[in-house]
Amino acid sequence: MNRFLTYIQQQTNAAPLAVFRVGFGVMMCYGIIRFWVHGWIESIYLDPKFHFSYYGFEWVQPIGEYTYLIFAICGLSALFVALGLKYRLAIVTFFLSFTYIELMEKTTYLNHYYFISILSFLMIFLPANATFSVDNLIRKKRYQHIPRWTIDAIKLLLGIVYFYAGLAKINSDWLFKAQPLKIWLPSKYDLPFIGNTLMQQDWFHYAMSWSGMLYDLCIPFLLLYRKTRLFAFALVVFFHVFTRVLFPIGMFPFVMIVGTLIFFDAGFHEKVIAFIKTILHRFLNINTTVIDTISTYKIAYTNFIIPLVVTFFTIQLLFPFRYLLYPGELFWTEQGYRFSWRVMLMEKMGNTTFKIIDKKTGAFFYVNNGDFLTPLQEKQMSFQPDFILEYAHYLGNHFTSQGHENVGVYVESYVALNGRLSQPFIDKNVDLYQQKESFKHKHWILPFNDEIKGF
Amino acid sequence: MKKIFSVLVLTLFIVACSSSDDTPTTPNGGESFDRAGMLRNLADNLIIPAYQDLSTKLNALGTSKDNFVATPNQTNLDALRSDWLTAYKAWQHVEMFNIGKAEEILYHFQMNIYPVSTTDVENNIANGNYDLTHPNNNDAVGFPALDYMLYGIAATDVDIIEKYDTNADASKYKNYLSDLIDQMKLLTQEVVSDWTTVYRDIFVAGTSNTATSAANKFVNDFIFYYEKGLRANKIGIPAGNFSTTPLPEKVEAFYNQEVSKELAIEALNAVQNVFNGTQFGGSATGESFKTYLTFLDRVELATMINNQFNTARGKIQELNANFYTQVNTDNTKMTQAYDALQAGVILLKVDMLQAFNISVDYVDADGD
Repeated sequence: MNRFLTYIQQQTNAAPLAVFRVGFGVMMCYGIIRFWVHGWIESIYLDPKFHFSYYGFEWVQPIGEYTYLIFAICGLSALFVALGLKYRLAIVTFFLSFTYIELMEKTTYLNHYYFISILSFLMIFLPANATFSVDNLIRKKRYQHIPRWTIDAIKLLLGIVYFYAGLAKINSDWLFKAQPLKIWLPSKYDLPFIGNTLMQQDWFHYAMSWSGMLYDLCIPFLLLYRKTRLFAFALVVFFHVFTRVLFPIGMFPFVMIVGTLIFFDAGFHEKVIAFIKTILHRFLNINTTVIDTISTYKIAYTNFIIPLVVTFFTIQLLFPFRYLLYPGELFWTEQGYRFSWRVMLMEKMGNTTFKIIDKKTGAFFYVNNGDFLTPLQEKQMSFQPDFILEYAHYLGNHFTSQGHENVGVYVESYVALNGRLSQPFIDKNVDLYQQKESFKHKHWILPFNDEIKGF
Repeated sequence: MKKIFSVLVLTLFIVACSSSDDTPTTPNGGESFDRAGMLRNLADNLIIPAYQDLSTKLNALGTSKDNFVATPNQTNLDALRSDWLTAYKAWQHVEMFNIGKAEEILYHFQMNIYPVSTTDVENNIANGNYDLTHPNNNDAVGFPALDYMLYGIAATDVDIIEKYDTNADASKYKNYLSDLIDQMKLLTQEVVSDWTTVYRDIFVAGTSNTATSAANKFVNDFIFYYEKGLRANKIGIPAGNFSTTPLPEKVEAFYNQEVSKELAIEALNAVQNVFNGTQFGGSATGESFKTYLTFLDRVELATMINNQFNTARGKIQELNANFYTQVNTDNTKMTQAYDALQAGVILLKVDMLQAFNISVDYVDADGD
């Protein structure tokens, strides 16, 4: 406990966190603009008739044309974060707006969006505007040092993401069947040079699987040690650029590349700041002489913030293991799959058709999913039990309100996982309209006909 | 570091020992599948010949139509009907090729949208002023409109002939009949000539794994046709699989009353030929989805798909020649045929698509 208290008191240079803040803000702002320009606000949040919600967050819905406003607020707050202008307000706004956006539609769940959400939450409590920020100009003071734990917290979060992603790869499909890379890589046949050669090689699929697993497990440690840091960063750049070439993973690789810079020494970050300043001075004449430089930044409310951050990390460390509380194969049932850094881990496809039955007469008809869902929603719904249940209720309500009586919603669902033949996924004799969503095991998911060993 | 590595190695060792049955296989010698070869086979041996065949048969239909219009009598009506059926069957072999010029000019919407709207047809005839290419007329043109014009406009053959002969509006009926067939010929000719002049090479070159490449679009179109054009339109919808009650009047060639099964079988054969890369009108096979699956070491899946096609064909064979009659007498058999086709959808849409790992054309968003 004493060691912990001493640790909490330790100070370090404020530059790395400031550079991180700038990089984070700029990338998030760009990410929002990119999302907007692709037309995804419309196609993902406005076009669908119905949105898949997270359990307990059904009240988070797009708000029509005003949804654009949420994105505008989110993008602007990211810019403010980058500038370090009204930082605390900006990062709180960013966290709330970004998280609201992600909660509106479960179909677009991505681990890296979740990462952004929790990272921005953590950043609310960090003095990322202590130096190199517009706030310094306004308040006429800057701080040279900040508590060391504030930078370590970000390193720890990055470390958890990598390490848990690595743990998740320790499974028999990934390591001993090279699945799903064996499916994904050969389809990249039109890449120059390697498309028709390496991508088609069996040994290469295994090499990629194993090195991917080792990379994820080791990279946090290689980044921590000064001697291996440069090598590790080269690996980070290579790995993320390579995966960006192979897969449509958007901004994530760049977020990670810029994010891992925080592992470098303060000297490096001071050079980065100096470099940006010389560029800025060409365009702006900022008088920095009136700014007081204060040696150490004191965090207010530490009695509240420290326990909060500790709780936050405890949850982060435990949450990915919640799948152990559920019976059945995790990849199959996906109970406890999300929010656990299981990234690019499986190739799963399904076909799920819904049967609306009049339970008195036995008369039935099938639903054309295209009448209610966008193709992206239908694709995601087809193999994820919680989606199937939520959609079943939507259909049940819809047809009941249309005047159908004694509505029962049954489902015929087939799913293929990692190149195995498709098999029945949901018990077709269960009326899903009578099943309630909860954190309990969904007994109507049929057992997986195979076994995948490992984490 | 050392500790972590030793824990790691130990873990891996344990996992390795406990899954000895997962023997990896090497499906190929390191070369990727010859997609250009597959597209070449599809274009040269299936698609273009099928379109040319349809074009020839529509020309024959045009000739017999000219004869009938000149001399409306039973002999000429019979010849016209026979050529209509021949062309309709030829159509079943191209309906899934909604790509290139066909897609661009909305060819498919002007050839076989059924059920036909008899109100629209009669209004067009009465007005004598119509744009057959207009989307509002999609259900008043093509084979289904001809079905009505040749079998449905009156109760008996004598009365039908009367419409084109002595009826006050005979010339209007003749004009509409003529315009329908001429338009079908024109559209088909446009598609055929595009394939034979420019599109063939574009198609064959479209091997990349992108949402808009010919290879990916073709796979998606093929599955879409099987699911919608064949499974739903021909069997599922009339059988009432998508409605509270059966809708027997929605069968293909409703007015003819005896060929809906023949057309469905023809369509299923066409699907299976594309899957196996069997050349049009022949038995030689080339690169295809089947050989692609074989290349990916998924022979068992290719066999399952062929078996499922055969099962579905068996179920359809058991049906009445007229699905309208079948739905009204014993709809269970219809839904059984539907179920057999649906099982094929799973194999194509889930298993085959996963094996090909096709970038689907409709999903545009980041992945994880």
